Amino acid sequence: MRMHDLPDARGHFGPYGGVFVAETLTHALELLLAAYAQARRDPAFEAEFRYDLKHYVGRPSPVYHAKRWSQMLGGAQIYLKREDLNHTGAHKINNTIGQALLARRMGKPRVIAETGAGMHGVATATVAARYGMQCVVYMGSEDIKRQAQNVYRMKLLGASVVPVESGSRTLKDALNEAMRDWVTNVDNTFYIIGTVAGPHPYPMMVRDFQSVIGEECKQQMPELAGRQPDAVIACVGGGSNAMGIFYPYIDFEGVRLIGVEAAGEGLATGRHAASLCAGKPGVLHGNRTYLLQDANGQIIETHSVSAGLDYPGVGPEHAWLKDAGRAEYVAVTDADALRAFSDLCHYEGIIPALESAHAVAYAAQIAPAMAKDRILLVNLSGRGDKDMHTVAERAGLRL
Amino acid sequence: MSRIQARFEALRKAKRKALIPYITAGDPTPALTVPLMRALVEAGSDILELGVPFSDPMADGPVNQRSSERALKHGVGLGDVLGMVRDFRHQNSQTPLVLMGYANPIEATGVEKFVREAKAAGVDGVIVVDYPPEECVEFAKLAQQAGIDPIFLLAPTSTDQRIQEVARAGSGYLYYVSLRGVTGAGHIDLADVAAHIPKIRAATRLPIGVGFGIRDAESARRVAQTADAVVIGSRIIQEIEDAGADQAVARVKALLRPIREALDA
Repeated sequence: MRMHDLPDARGHFGPYGGVFVAETLTHALELLLAAYAQARRDPAFEAEFRYDLKHYVGRPSPVYHAKRWSQMLGGAQIYLKREDLNHTGAHKINNTIGQALLARRMGKPRVIAETGAGMHGVATATVAARYGMQCVVYMGSEDIKRQAQNVYRMKLLGASVVPVESGSRTLKDALNEAMRDWVTNVDNTFYIIGTVAGPHPYPMMVRDFQSVIGEECKQQMPELAGRQPDAVIACVGGGSNAMGIFYPYIDFEGVRLIGVEAAGEGLATGRHAASLCAGKPGVLHGNRTYLLQDANGQIIETHSVSAGLDYPGVGPEHAWLKDAGRAEYVAVTDADALRAFSDLCHYEGIIPALESAHAVAYAAQIAPAMAKDRILLVNLSGRGDKDMHTVAERAGLRL
Repeated sequence: MSRIQARFEALRKAKRKALIPYITAGDPTPALTVPLMRALVEAGSDILELGVPFSDPMADGPVNQRSSERALKHGVGLGDVLGMVRDFRHQNSQTPLVLMGYANPIEATGVEKFVREAKAAGVDGVIVVDYPPEECVEFAKLAQQAGIDPIFLLAPTSTDQRIQEVARAGSGYLYYVSLRGVTGAGHIDLADVAAHIPKIRAATRLPIGVGFGIRDAESARRVAQTADAVVIGSRIIQEIEDAGADQAVARVKALLRPIREALDA
């Protein structure tokens, strides 16, 4: 089986992925898998999805040659895939449209979601409004404090935001709580997972919906740069924007795939969110993957300046790409991400999301040592409007 | 014959139903776990389910989540839980003991090492909530070879075909989750239980336990009319939480006695 053809029928990417859920959800996941398989074969579904991506999201998103910044770095040419220009400000909407259309086909009037930074929550609330569905978003109470603006956006869009008070009160706990809701309301509810994690078919399905990012790049790079890039770089929390841009390039052997995790205050400090760089395989949230855990197998709290990367697991396909050696995974600290954030503001007039700034920062690290005709393609997965408070606070300012 | 099988055999001959309580190891304190286990036996329990605390108990409601968090505050890991099992076994070699928890602590220990040490400690069965049969073929095989029963869950949403598959994979007993939801979520739907047990019975010769949502003597008695065993978890955990460390043992005994009597009436 080619790497491109994974997962297998039961959702495994090598030893990773799978369906590690309580029995109550087994049947719901079987129904979801069947509905998704059927939708994929239906040209009407594909047409609906493409229509909304074009007219509602504003796709294709451009690829932009960051010339001034590349020149400043003095090495490889850096191109940015502008997912930040999508409706709602990030790549998340690609997936929520796909899943909401599927929910509608399955006759589910209610959608639920988990969110960390709030971007997936906003994207879910947005499509729920668009398709007339009831929407409940679970969000850790710690994250609610950090991301007040996104909470208000979700409410404006008609969603209820439920604070989660269990565990570390962050994204992983929101995911637990959404799963509990789903188990309880499985008959009328569709769970829109925001990343390439969770039980099969979610990692595959979210990847497929997000693959539009890489598919567009495959067309755009030859048009703009005359060829495909030497490396594709994307930040990895759960890993959906990275899978979306990596997947169409998996079969391009000459293209390096580089995932950038959050090193927080530094991998050595233990205060980070780099599951692939510093974790061990285990089982959480319905799949087997790399996890940040202690010796007893308890999931440990993560740290990153960007709430969207603050997750102790990672999508199982990334775990597999790492073990298979097809993708490389590195980590960038809060400080480096903030420096890249500020550089992109100053040199290119683009305010990136702090998540995306991690990918930008790694490009800035490797570009100077590369020849000027080398090409790095960075997925600018979201815009930084939501991060104004965090960045200002770091600079000792109050807005 | 395994301890679990022997116990169900004896109950069947005596025309009695099994009472299976669940507590979380280490809640409210590690020192109280073995005394609580003994109290459960003294109050007439037939099999004990001992929960292994986990940081992310996805299938549990708030009561059991808090219980896990209290145990984790004391740093209770799987190794400590097996220590408690050994302590319990010093004085009780008869009561079957089932560990219940999530996959990750077991995988962090290593599946083979876990099975070996659990057997040595005196564990008779294991319920891993997020290990459906098809994801733990190797684990279930190792456990059975060691004489530990892998016990699987069935739900109201399980299809007939699924019931067959799960029934084939497990041993010891089958655990029917009597509601759509997390542990302690609400009240049991007795009509649903009465409708499902015969379907499961048709697929298996294993005893059938019913849990999730059984809160008192009356619901226990009604469930026992069709099931072989009644599992009570959140209601006991709630009692432990309300009672506090000083009163927990006495209050848990007092809670279980009328339930035992109702099952025997």
